[in-house]
Amino acid sequence: MSRREVLAPGGFGNNGAVTDEPLVLGIETSCDETGVGIVRGKTLLADAIASSVDEHVRFGGVVPEVASRAHLEAMVPTVERACAEAGVRLADVDAIAVTSGPGLTGALLVGVAAAKALTLALDRPLYGVNHLAAHVAVDQLEHGPLPQPCVALLVSGGHSSLLLVEDVSAGVHALGSTIDDAAGEAFDKVARLLGFPFPGGPHIDDSARSGDRAYVDFPRGLTSGRDMQRHRFDFSFSGLKTAVARWVEARERDGEPVPVADVAASFQEAVCDILTRKAIDACRTRGVEHLLIGGGVAANSRLRALAEDRAATAGIAVRVPRPELCTDNGAMVAALGAELVARGRAPSELDLAVNSSMSVTTVVA
Amino acid sequence: MLLLAFDTATPAVTAALHDGERVVAAATSVDARRHGELLAPAIATVLRDAGADRRDVTAIAVGVGPGPFTGLRVGLVTARTLAAALGVPVHGVCTLDAIAAAVSEPVELAVATDARRKEVYWARYRRHDASYHRVQGPAVSRPEDLARELTAALPVLGRGALLYADVLTHQPGPLDPDAAVLAEAVVRGEIELLAAEPLYLRRPDVSVPGPRKPAL
Repeated sequence: MSRREVLAPGGFGNNGAVTDEPLVLGIETSCDETGVGIVRGKTLLADAIASSVDEHVRFGGVVPEVASRAHLEAMVPTVERACAEAGVRLADVDAIAVTSGPGLTGALLVGVAAAKALTLALDRPLYGVNHLAAHVAVDQLEHGPLPQPCVALLVSGGHSSLLLVEDVSAGVHALGSTIDDAAGEAFDKVARLLGFPFPGGPHIDDSARSGDRAYVDFPRGLTSGRDMQRHRFDFSFSGLKTAVARWVEARERDGEPVPVADVAASFQEAVCDILTRKAIDACRTRGVEHLLIGGGVAANSRLRALAEDRAATAGIAVRVPRPELCTDNGAMVAALGAELVARGRAPSELDLAVNSSMSVTTVVA
Repeated sequence: MLLLAFDTATPAVTAALHDGERVVAAATSVDARRHGELLAPAIATVLRDAGADRRDVTAIAVGVGPGPFTGLRVGLVTARTLAAALGVPVHGVCTLDAIAAAVSEPVELAVATDARRKEVYWARYRRHDASYHRVQGPAVSRPEDLARELTAALPVLGRGALLYADVLTHQPGPLDPDAAVLAEAVVRGEIELLAAEPLYLRRPDVSVPGPRKPAL
């Protein structure tokens, strides 16, 4: 895609002045959260969210059309709430950033169209950014500049990826990703099996606290033999989900009660074991000393604990943003936008298209 | 005054500026799959062609459908966000009304657009006092059901009628809305102003899942 002329490094301020602390408004609508965040450089000023998750509960998953309708209704109120929270006027904003992929096409389109409208109304540059790169960049709001390089483990209901990040404003290298279900998707499916409502992650986490992690030794996909040659940094959670289903059904068939907490703990242990084992392996293989964990599943308490344990043993530092910055939000998009402005990256054109399967190597579309 | 009008509820992405006297700029392209890419550049184009600044805009009018949801929302979220950021009012206009506004005869007609899934969005109109008044609809129907609903051989304007000319009496004329016509009708007060709310007419296509299926 063509770009406007490359801006001088350091970006621009409201009056054309160079600044490395740009005021950036970020919009996120790739799934069911309408997020509008405002940052100044690496400082978080506002993180307004409107979620349609309650509307999806009875369907057992996110319904794209329901999410898209909710984004339209929430957009302007959420922008206004973010401005009020940040104590800024829209006219003060230096640049607009928006998730243009990957995600649900119809949902992305609402955010991108809103971002373009702001671009037109304010005459400010537009950055259509990668959702996954934004999940990485958000950590700068909490823990300061990203270590270069770092390995990022991004795990959510839609994604499970291991990334090598040298410079998040320039590009991200994909080490591996799931070949079937995302980790969060496996949590949702197993939660449903165990009788918990959508989204299932927090319920599994809670239930697992009183369960035995070693009660069932569920399979760890892609962690042995030939799989480790072909898919060393890839994930597979579909087989695990089926294994849990078969185990539970065998119990039910025998007329025995299902030990829900033990199954939840054993399932969660399998997922967290796979994720952390591969993430640490990636750091070691690449000689990287920093591991960043992001995405909704990063809110899982066992994943955090196991990652910190194993990283400490391996001499690797772990960074995990606080849970509300791990789940989808607008602040992460604004954070990446601010980094792009500060680094003088070229903005997107007004004919920016959404890309539901945007490659993680694309930071700005 | 400067009215910015646009519509994205059909394959057309159409935008126009009206200064209260006349349409000063207009841009239309037809591509059913690129509303999100084409609308903002079209708005930038009409502003530039008119030599107008975005801050000169005093009101926005947007087609609220009915129309395919994804494209429809591009227009609505653009209109609402622009209006909020510029601090100007936003008006909705039924897209079918905007298509009817492009013609002046016959006295009675219907307008039909493509609703996909072998259905059409439609409304029925009667002309008096120099403009069309919607007397039925908007609604979504299968074309053969619409043909039964309408009295024999009532002329039907729009892409939906062309698409199903085998069952509907297609009236030659505009197939899609034109923002220039929409803007003119708004300025003359010849079209009903609605809230900037989408006329979806259909619920999301989804069903509540049944009980869990065995994995074995």
